[in-house]
Amino acid sequence: MSTTTKELVFAFLVLALTAGHASGQGYRGPYGFGSTPTREELAAFYSIPANGTGLPPGKGNYVQGQEVYTGKCVACHGDKMQGVAGAGEALIGGRGTLTSGKPLKTVESYWPYATTVFDYVKRAMPFNSPGSLTDDEVYAVTAYILVEAKIINKDAIINAKTLPKVEMPNRDGFVPDPRPDVHD
Amino acid sequence: MFPNPGKADSRRKFLIKSAALAGASAAAIIPRMTSAAPPGAMEFPVPQDPTKVQGRAIGDDGGYGTRSQFETEVRWRFPTPTKQSSWSMTPLEKSVGVVTPSGLHFERHHAGIPVIDPNRHLLFVHGMVNKTKKYTMADLRRFPSVSRMHFIECSGNGLTEWAVPKLKTVQGTHGLLSTSEWTGVPLSTILKEVEVKDGAKWILAEGSDAAVMTRSIPLEKCWDDALLAYGQNGEAIRPEQGYPLRLILPGWEGNTNIKWLRRLEVSDVPYMTREETSKYTDLLENGKARQFTFVMEAKSVITFPSGEMKLPARGFYEITGLAWSGRGVVKRVDVSTDGGKTWQLAALQEPVRPICTTRFRFPWWWDGTPAILQSRCVDETGYVQPTIKQLVDVRGLNGPFGSIYHLNGIQSWAIASDGSVTNVHHY
Repeated sequence: MSTTTKELVFAFLVLALTAGHASGQGYRGPYGFGSTPTREELAAFYSIPANGTGLPPGKGNYVQGQEVYTGKCVACHGDKMQGVAGAGEALIGGRGTLTSGKPLKTVESYWPYATTVFDYVKRAMPFNSPGSLTDDEVYAVTAYILVEAKIINKDAIINAKTLPKVEMPNRDGFVPDPRPDVHD
Repeated sequence: MFPNPGKADSRRKFLIKSAALAGASAAAIIPRMTSAAPPGAMEFPVPQDPTKVQGRAIGDDGGYGTRSQFETEVRWRFPTPTKQSSWSMTPLEKSVGVVTPSGLHFERHHAGIPVIDPNRHLLFVHGMVNKTKKYTMADLRRFPSVSRMHFIECSGNGLTEWAVPKLKTVQGTHGLLSTSEWTGVPLSTILKEVEVKDGAKWILAEGSDAAVMTRSIPLEKCWDDALLAYGQNGEAIRPEQGYPLRLILPGWEGNTNIKWLRRLEVSDVPYMTREETSKYTDLLENGKARQFTFVMEAKSVITFPSGEMKLPARGFYEITGLAWSGRGVVKRVDVSTDGGKTWQLAALQEPVRPICTTRFRFPWWWDGTPAILQSRCVDETGYVQPTIKQLVDVRGLNGPFGSIYHLNGIQSWAIASDGSVTNVHHY
């Protein structure tokens, strides 16, 4: 092969190896590494989209939730869910403030889906003992927050069926990304 | 309200050069005011003349080197109430080239830094796939790998600076930005392996920290250039950066680059997690909030001279800084020394790579009169870095908690006639 041809072949190879990886271009598998997880392993995971898929069995109401909140949440979030400086955020209030120039973003005023409350509390709360609440406790404290936020009635039972149906005040408060939004 | 990003605790004093040392023997040790080495360094005696005594023995460091005991820059933790849910910032004023030392890479943690044994760590891939999989770290390392240099920037970078200049140094104003070489498996390879089902549109990425952090990522990005990274700057990823496994989404806001990655769930809908609804959304004055604002748009900043520095005298200085864009390559950087009245082309230093910080340089003869320095970046899409005012005109100034993310406006540094440099807003 002439030098030029060699260079061309080399250049082509380099190109082939560095070409766009979009949609797995350049993929030479299947390699077959890894193994198949068991049903039990996957059962430990959860993430709850707005339609409630994956919500576990169990339920809770305002009274039960008040007990959970008083025992495990009040220190950081305050006796009226007003938040505690240097600790937890306000959970309720702020409705009508989003256009005020001093917006208060809370579950009540800002969060578009009630399912997010369940998912996040189960995932990361309380801060000093994340993942320690039972599913019933999470349903209950979610109910308590939503009642105090005047979003559901005090006698409501929150479970896998009812939670996705809760209509949050700021449900339609979000828009897609329009950027670039500044043009020279 | 906002303290000053401090320099490292100034325990280090200059060497004492006293007349008494003048007649000391060649092997004399210069006494030092302190025996405490800065973080990442070890303290050693300093000989009067290093050419007259044998130096330190190889291997005395146990086989892993440390930086010089004379180098003191450190990350600065933003004073949040807890140290577990907090962030620390890179000292960009000291940066050279474009790579951030791994020990100075900015941090943002929501529940501290987990300690994870890589031999027990697993990545699960499930949901809308034909082949549900779990991978050990050894499994992942068997796949063909790539290495790519990318910046990561927190979308909260500069959140203190919307209305008025608040923090004093470039570490405070821009320090949630770092650049590394990341090594790992293209996520597209894994998606091919598991055979994504028709109708899938999103992937939930989940971390194994105490926040069990989750973000929903559009599937197109995962196919495009996402990386499952286990390497950073030639070694294993640092614990603060997601050891042993991190999702890298080039050019997207830092929070989406899930650290301590343990799970990918393929889905037809986004999960509307706490981070992508109540946080990392951009509330405008009309009460509507932009959601899924992933891309970090073109931005630049002069790192020398910058806030809190002092130019010793009039004369020649090389202005230098960093420019970057989440949309690709930095095409051009302009520098102004008169507050944006006139602009001149800066030189771009190699490497110039897509979705990577690019260092720019500009020669400047300071005449000793007050000046305002600015830099402006243009990326390969033709997007021109805007002024802060242009951004505020579009997004509003909805108080301190409105649109706080994605500030990519032009930074101004004012040089006073005494050479001192301060953070200002100037349009």
